[in-house]
Amino acid sequence: MAPAAQPLRSPPEPLPVPAEAGGLSALPGQAPGGDDLELASVSRSGRRRTEALFTAACILALAIPLLALAILFGGALIEALPQLSFGFLIRFPSHQADQAGILPGLAGSAILMLLTAAMAIPLGIGAAIYLEEYARPGRLTRLIELNISNLAGVPSVIYGLLGLELFVRVLALGRSLLAGAATLAMLLLPMVILASREALRTVPLGVREAGFALGADRWRTLRQVVLPMCLPGMLTGVILSLARAIGETAPLIAIGALAYVGFLPESLLDGFTALPVQIFTWVMRPQAAFRANASAAIVVLMLLMLLFNASAIWLRARLQRRYNW
Amino acid sequence: MAKDDLRPQPDPASAPDKMRAENLRAWFGDHQALKGVTLGIPEKQVTAVIGPSGCGKSTFVRCLNRMHEVVPGARAQGTVLLDGRDIYAPAVDPVRVRRRVGMVFQKPNPFPTMTIRENVLAGLRLNGLKVQDEDALVEKALRQAALWDEVKGALGRSGVSLSGGQQQRLCIARCLALEPEVLLMDEPCSALDPIATAKVEELIRELSEQYTVVIVTHNMQQAARVSDRTAFFYLGELVEFAPTDRLFTGPSDPRTEDYITGRFG
Amino acid sequence: MSASRQFEELEAPRAFSERAIGAALFTCAALSILATAGIVLVLLRDALPFFAQVPFRKLFFDRQWTPLFAEQHFGIWPLLSGTLLTTAIALAVAVPMGLLGAIFLSELAPSSVRRVLKPVLEVLAGVPTVVYGYFALTLVTPALQRVIPGLSGFNALSPGLVMGIMILPVVATLSEDALFAVPSSLREGALALGASRLGTVFRVVLPAAFSGIAASVILGLSRAIGETMVVAIAAGQQPRLTLDPRVPIETMTAFIVQVAMGDTPHGTLEYRTIFAVGLTLFAMTLGLNAVSHRLRRHVLRGRL
Repeated sequence: MAPAAQPLRSPPEPLPVPAEAGGLSALPGQAPGGDDLELASVSRSGRRRTEALFTAACILALAIPLLALAILFGGALIEALPQLSFGFLIRFPSHQADQAGILPGLAGSAILMLLTAAMAIPLGIGAAIYLEEYARPGRLTRLIELNISNLAGVPSVIYGLLGLELFVRVLALGRSLLAGAATLAMLLLPMVILASREALRTVPLGVREAGFALGADRWRTLRQVVLPMCLPGMLTGVILSLARAIGETAPLIAIGALAYVGFLPESLLDGFTALPVQIFTWVMRPQAAFRANASAAIVVLMLLMLLFNASAIWLRARLQRRYNW
Repeated sequence: MAKDDLRPQPDPASAPDKMRAENLRAWFGDHQALKGVTLGIPEKQVTAVIGPSGCGKSTFVRCLNRMHEVVPGARAQGTVLLDGRDIYAPAVDPVRVRRRVGMVFQKPNPFPTMTIRENVLAGLRLNGLKVQDEDALVEKALRQAALWDEVKGALGRSGVSLSGGQQQRLCIARCLALEPEVLLMDEPCSALDPIATAKVEELIRELSEQYTVVIVTHNMQQAARVSDRTAFFYLGELVEFAPTDRLFTGPSDPRTEDYITGRFG
Repeated sequence: MSASRQFEELEAPRAFSERAIGAALFTCAALSILATAGIVLVLLRDALPFFAQVPFRKLFFDRQWTPLFAEQHFGIWPLLSGTLLTTAIALAVAVPMGLLGAIFLSELAPSSVRRVLKPVLEVLAGVPTVVYGYFALTLVTPALQRVIPGLSGFNALSPGLVMGIMILPVVATLSEDALFAVPSSLREGALALGASRLGTVFRVVLPAAFSGIAASVILGLSRAIGETMVVAIAAGQQPRLTLDPRVPIETMTAFIVQVAMGDTPHGTLEYRTIFAVGLTLFAMTLGLNAVSHRLRRHVLRGRL
């Protein structure tokens, strides 16, 4: 951190010129006829005050949103309390607000997470391995990387439209769990690829060279040496991506997640709902009673996300103890 | 300069060539790092490759086991014969070359997720090879690398828990477990302290009874101590190749003499 | 034992599995190209027939958007203005506060504070958008209604503010990265010339980090444009060409959700409208992301 600026002091009195110096009338570097180097601008205490005010403004800028979020969550929690019960977790939605539950939403979200992970993990890690370990620099590689970074910025509702046409209609999966999971997997892919690439980059080059020099080909070296070293990082990245996915609503609505579900899905091609979709449908109802349901469901959703994030952190800490390098 | 002779040397002139480079050229992208090198590596001797930074000595040695082309954008052309067969022939698989020509790197790189024992066996595991008696192989390789006595009770410890010098000898053991015919060493002692360096140098002399060794070094005294023949590279070319004694006491090329006497590099 | 003697042969063919694995991995990576192509194809497939039926004249010169009513209007401005209005409000919140926060984290805060605050900011970004939408509708709007007369239950202000909080971390962390990347030699040079700390920040560091900061703002803009749930819940479903943040409006994204949730049959003009709107959305975010990407590459190369 750069040190604070020192205020300028007036220069010391000019030293008497020694007789032997040979006739110099002024010390070198000193403007003849004047020595006023004090700035005419803000004094030191004024500057300190401005800095303090500015720092306070910055801290406010950060604190206000955090505070606002805390207040909002607090408000939601208060509204949620009457509805939060174990029964809430295992009941089905109902037209009577106080009888409603989130069971199909929980079930749908759980199955969706599993399916999405099953699709996104191999594809994402595979793509990351290709780009980091196999790809030769060139136009094709650049095109692939450009595409991935573009896909990362596409709004989630567009993925919903892609899913609607491609998975629901063309591949005739219908408005099913499978279609929903495939859509979410496409949404997550850029994130998983990015996190996996970063994990691969933490492995030093020398380890790969040692593997090659021992006569192993690329895949063997990867599988037996490189991947075990960066697996914790990859898994963490995947879990964090899934934590994002659990809250995604727009793509699921676009492909036709159901608003009211009175049953649990029995096959992957069944209709479904998900926790965030249920929250959305409840929020959109004018009756205040459903607001309580919505906030209770939000509390459950946030707890789930917290669980995901915490397990990602725990997993990374646990596995890194084994491989401290 | 006085030479620390560690053991009596066979007559360098009589040994046949285990490997031979003929008109070997190499590039990094557009930059040509090796310009037509022709050099024979005698069998079961230590050949040192010396020269100033950027002269191509590492590049040359990495061409001997086809590691040079692993770097993206790098390529090599020419002929390198191993027992008379060209390893750069189109049908040759570079991976198989590396099983016969092993390499030890400047920075010791034992595999961090493996124990000492697993590191020694890593070469076999990576190649999908199996042996009857793994323990005997581990002991033999570690003895050959002069590391057995120091680690024999602790084979289950992590490979990176050893000191720098021990790690480098572990890497040598890992190489030797595959029973290569040629051992390439790219500045193996640069990252080590003097005591560890001395141990590795002694090990190199012992290994040359069984293996052909090529060692790249920027330390001329080390080359003088350890090798039977020395090759001097400069700006991508082989300038002079002679028995070590003769190269250091009476070089024929003025560039060699300038380098040895410290006028540059 | 001599395990390696089995492999005297230098010329054995490379195992089939190695090639197959390389090909499989390449396929995974190439999927990204297929995905982009898929999105473009899917959007065009239904958007083109729409544009064939609805001439551009109608799109640009009609001031109403009512494709689902009996009397159909296809002017695109109402949806666009809805999106831009909420986005402008969001940026008005996120950019100043995000920048101040970034300056604080990069220049003024001790590293221990920075280490704690950065992940905390990420929490803001991690909250699901449907939750933010709930906040906007049920908590922020009523609170604002007490202070602002004429604020309707659905409006642009409330979701705009909430979106601002949501994208603040994007602006803050990317700007902070840009500021942090400015070499300290520049700061030291300015201080050595007698500049104050704040003066250095505003006259030297900020200009040097301009590309990175611009990139972060553009990225925030792109995120706000593409945001769906907050506006779908709290902004309303009345497309309206207006700059008044107190009245209900509809954004492009909310329109897509509205139609997708409804019963509009496949293949009709009404159904196709969501793809036309989607195409516009896609083009806008793609363009913005490209600009942001370019600017960040400037930063990496050390240019202004």
